[in-house]
Amino acid sequence: MSSTVAGLLQVGLLVAALAAAYRPFGDYLARVYTRTTHSRVERVIYRLARVNPDSEQRWGTYALGVLGFSFVGIALLYVLQRVQSVLPFAYDRGNVPPGMAFNTAVSFVTNTNWQSYVPETVMGHTVQLIGLTVQNFVSAAVGMAVAIAVVRGFTRQATDRLGNFWVDLVRGTIRVLLPVAFVFAVVLVALGVAMSFRSGVDVDGQTVAIAPVASQEVIKELGTNGGGVLNANSAHPFENPNGWTNLIEIFLILLIPVSMTRTFGTLVGDRRQGYVLLSVMGALWTAMLAVIWVAEANGLRPLEGKELRFGIPSSALFANATTGTSTGAVNAMHDSFTGLGGGAALLNMLFGEMTPGGVGTGLYSILVMAVIAMFLAGLMVGRTPEYLGKKLGRREVTAAAVSILAMPTVLLLGAGIAAVLPGTQGALNNPGAHGLSEILYAYASASNNNGSAFAGITVTSDWFQASLGVCMALGRFVPIVAVLCLAGALAAQKKVPATAGTLPTTGPLFASLLAGSVVLVAALTFVPALALGPIAEALL
Amino acid sequence: MTTTDQRPRRTPEQTRERHAQNLGHQVAGGVFNPRQLLTSLPDALRKLNPRHQLRNPVMFVVWVGSLLVTVFAIGEPSVFTISVAVWLWFTVLFANLAEAVAEGRGKAQADSLRRTKKDAMARLTDGRTIPGTELTVGDLVVVEAGEVIPGDGDVVEGIATVDESAITGESAPVIRESGGDRSAVTGGTTVLSDRIVVRITSRPGESFVDRMIALVEGAQRQKTPNEIALTILLSTLTIIFLLAVVALQPFAVYSGGQQSVIVLTALLVCLIPTTIGALLSAIGIAGMDRLVQRNVLATSGKAVEAAGDVDTLLLDKTGTITWGNRRATELIPTGGTDLDRLVDAARLSSLADETPEGRSVVELCATAHGRSPEPSAHERTGEFVPFTAQTRMSGIDLDGRRVRKGAASAFALSEQTRRVVDEISAQGGTPLVVAEDDVVLGVIRLSDVVKPGMRERFAELRAMGIRTVMVTGDNPLTAKAIAAQAGVDDYLAEAKPEDKMALIRREQEGGKLVAMTGDGTNDAPALAQSDVGVAMNTGTSAAKEAGNMVDLDSDPTKLIEIVEIGKQLLITRGALTTFSVANDLAKYFAILPAMFAAIYPQLDRLNIMRLGSPQSAILSAVIFNALIIIALIPLALRGVRYRPASASALLRRNLLIYGLGGIVTPFAGIWLIDLLVRLIPGIG
Repeated sequence: MSSTVAGLLQVGLLVAALAAAYRPFGDYLARVYTRTTHSRVERVIYRLARVNPDSEQRWGTYALGVLGFSFVGIALLYVLQRVQSVLPFAYDRGNVPPGMAFNTAVSFVTNTNWQSYVPETVMGHTVQLIGLTVQNFVSAAVGMAVAIAVVRGFTRQATDRLGNFWVDLVRGTIRVLLPVAFVFAVVLVALGVAMSFRSGVDVDGQTVAIAPVASQEVIKELGTNGGGVLNANSAHPFENPNGWTNLIEIFLILLIPVSMTRTFGTLVGDRRQGYVLLSVMGALWTAMLAVIWVAEANGLRPLEGKELRFGIPSSALFANATTGTSTGAVNAMHDSFTGLGGGAALLNMLFGEMTPGGVGTGLYSILVMAVIAMFLAGLMVGRTPEYLGKKLGRREVTAAAVSILAMPTVLLLGAGIAAVLPGTQGALNNPGAHGLSEILYAYASASNNNGSAFAGITVTSDWFQASLGVCMALGRFVPIVAVLCLAGALAAQKKVPATAGTLPTTGPLFASLLAGSVVLVAALTFVPALALGPIAEALL
Repeated sequence: MTTTDQRPRRTPEQTRERHAQNLGHQVAGGVFNPRQLLTSLPDALRKLNPRHQLRNPVMFVVWVGSLLVTVFAIGEPSVFTISVAVWLWFTVLFANLAEAVAEGRGKAQADSLRRTKKDAMARLTDGRTIPGTELTVGDLVVVEAGEVIPGDGDVVEGIATVDESAITGESAPVIRESGGDRSAVTGGTTVLSDRIVVRITSRPGESFVDRMIALVEGAQRQKTPNEIALTILLSTLTIIFLLAVVALQPFAVYSGGQQSVIVLTALLVCLIPTTIGALLSAIGIAGMDRLVQRNVLATSGKAVEAAGDVDTLLLDKTGTITWGNRRATELIPTGGTDLDRLVDAARLSSLADETPEGRSVVELCATAHGRSPEPSAHERTGEFVPFTAQTRMSGIDLDGRRVRKGAASAFALSEQTRRVVDEISAQGGTPLVVAEDDVVLGVIRLSDVVKPGMRERFAELRAMGIRTVMVTGDNPLTAKAIAAQAGVDDYLAEAKPEDKMALIRREQEGGKLVAMTGDGTNDAPALAQSDVGVAMNTGTSAAKEAGNMVDLDSDPTKLIEIVEIGKQLLITRGALTTFSVANDLAKYFAILPAMFAAIYPQLDRLNIMRLGSPQSAILSAVIFNALIIIALIPLALRGVRYRPASASALLRRNLLIYGLGGIVTPFAGIWLIDLLVRLIPGIG
């Protein structure tokens, strides 16, 4: 079987698995966030946290909940790393230095999982398990909670309440992420993924670092986190031993972002509204997969750094899945991709992580883009723009605009400063256009909370640790506050009934408009920068 | 330029005809005369004041950029740097020009309105005479034939003919009398006959004419909600491009090809949405102006925008959907009478009847049955028997024949005639029985005649997603029949003002926007409640106060045009925004290779227009960016063409024209300009 056929089979299998899970899982998610009853475990948690699960919050309170929870998370994770030496299972790995600890804390709480450290030599099992893994779960649950709150903005009428953040957070963790992660962890262990509390194993006389991998591996993909337990991430045989685990990991990466469009359609009472979002995500994702695949298959660069265990199609598939969602796990080094292939992976992130994007974040990001697209489209049909029966006025457009502005702002400013800092040239593996691609990729990855590394750039200097940390935090929380504000404005409105004059948002016309907006916004913003990086590389 | 006093005088019939014609086709726009550009130049220069520029974030960035480039161009003068500086200033100037032209059209109108205000003196009932400008609410003023009414108010005593041409452009005088719905008078109009006493209803400086002046001048023009939202979006785009360009310098430095401030500013100005930024306020002013040209005054731009969103249109039956009067449409013989005999009798009975119904019977006999519309000499000798409340019939006595027509209840009817009469009533018509010498010959059917073209019009509205509701005082049966005939979606029969109000509330509860017209005082609450309330100028002050628009022609069908103007306003904004953003693609292809082909020669492959030199490429893009503003001023003033169609069809069409057109046009434009620019020594 040629690798192309094998690759196509994998894609076919992946799509079939996602299609099978789409309806039941998407509808299950919808039920999770709409049920009014609480399980016993949940009630205990609410009692301990002194939360009244039946009270609802205004958008501001909801946002404060997200911010407060996240900042406490950052502080705890920072402290945990700084006192690592006294924790069990530390294996003399010592306290994590302050810059790195800050960067890592922000990284895992923002669902970025950018790793400026080498796990095997820096992180002990305790920090991995009660620090990083916990954040892998809850940061994903936060993303889903925000997305659900935004959906409530569309479904509710004349109310200032968006639901209860604590309830959404707990339910996402307990009812969705934990059970799925548990089941698939068992499956992965059965397929050969490592799960050990030792520090290393002897392989042919060499000591190879080992860790409790499987428990983290599933949530790493399922929560679109991407932070590897081991430095080589999913290219490491302990994390990703064979073709089946590879495919399962890709499936887990895409499962929630894809299914949430079903959840959206179900919650707004018109499934086609979800399908149309899925079609836009799917079309852009497929197009980018084709670009990466073709670029890699025909690339003439040397095989240095290329992944040979899974082959080019699997690398392309994994790369496209991990950059199209905000995961950032890798099974091959993107730095070793061709100019076009690496550029496409970069562009996936520059789309703003919505094809299909991270857990929750993908849904709310594409909804923001839909708001902007519908504003313009609404004008062009001569009515005050509306989307899903909600008018798009000053407040809605402002919130959407702020949400969209955050990422390019921190990305361009961060990368711009980094490009001219004297220390930067020394941190790069490559000069010229590829070096600029490495800088752009790093800041795109951080600002979009992707976390994948182009590698080829050493990011342990204080400047990189701090600036990338700030990019991750602003790239995460500014849009979250903005979309919650948008949801608040939408929920306060009454629904406008659809008439013959209403622009339908389910057909191919809307899908093309939305896809066009995603591409256009990214292209207009980043083409000048890309011209000096990947475009200059690709045109060589 | 259109001014009120130069407007051709029209009779009411002509006005009605004009609007009947307008019903069929799309909203026409004001004509744009290139000479207006020249006359507006001084105003445009005045608007270079930074305080004025601050109101428009996009153009303010261009203004600052122009200043910056000028400073640098003076520092290192060359053909290229100075050309870029000059063309950047042109960009700002052209934007000012667009606004000035739009405002200029209103100014002329305002000047002629001001003339009506100047020297009206007010004679109070207590004998004092004070300038009209000092009148306050409640003052009683006497106005006699030949005098100008000094302020807005209601007639409280007397009846007079008034020339309102100064306001409405209509030369035909109108009657104003105390009490009822025809009591409102407007300051600046002239009493032609008799004497009236007017109670002033407006505060000084807030009269109808004052409001009109402010409106057409666009003096206190406030940004409408939608305009604000769009400005936010445009500012966002501006910030994104500002960031993209600012960040480009370090990337360029990293790549070993530092760029000059002039080139970076040129790139920035080309990328930010200057086209729509420059034309945005002109579009708004022109939209108001299009209303004024149709003799409609809106109290705010917000109301015009709301008009584009209307979901439900409440239309009065009489005068809007049907002609004001019922007309004879059929003659039905009964009791074995010959049709010819019935026609003769019906005609005879109506020859001397000057009521509209009577005339319509004669007309029907003439057009459908070939009888003479005029009485013969012999017929003139007959004796007319007028209608009285007792007899409930009228007719003629001629040669001993007593020919009568009248209400069904005035005659003894046979079983068959009774059935015909009932059937006509059931179908919404009015039956008139014809008899000769007390023998019933047959029945005339009088019915409401729906104005031609209304059915198609309502179908169009339905396609646009607007539901029409006919409001009438008729009984449900009659209302239903006419509603079906006219093709409206729904009707409100036996409507009292409070029913109308309840209907509006109900629609609004469901999230719909409602538009209506009204003239009477009892319409005022409904006018105030509706989202778009158009008061007829003939109506009462209360109605005019309550609505958010006044139609000077008092033509209720104009509501439909108002909706179209509102839609056109939004479409023009959306289309030009799309065009503006789509333009950027070509500019990237022009400017990026020009900037960076020196560092990475492979980037010259992006120079698909094969522009002459880096400098000519950049300058051509800047020139195109400035000229496109001028080129689009006529479109901004006239508005994008609007044809009623479904939302999807409209979007597809506008995306094709302004999206695809916006991508293609600058490629051609920049390429053409470059052919000339490359000839300039020092650039090519």
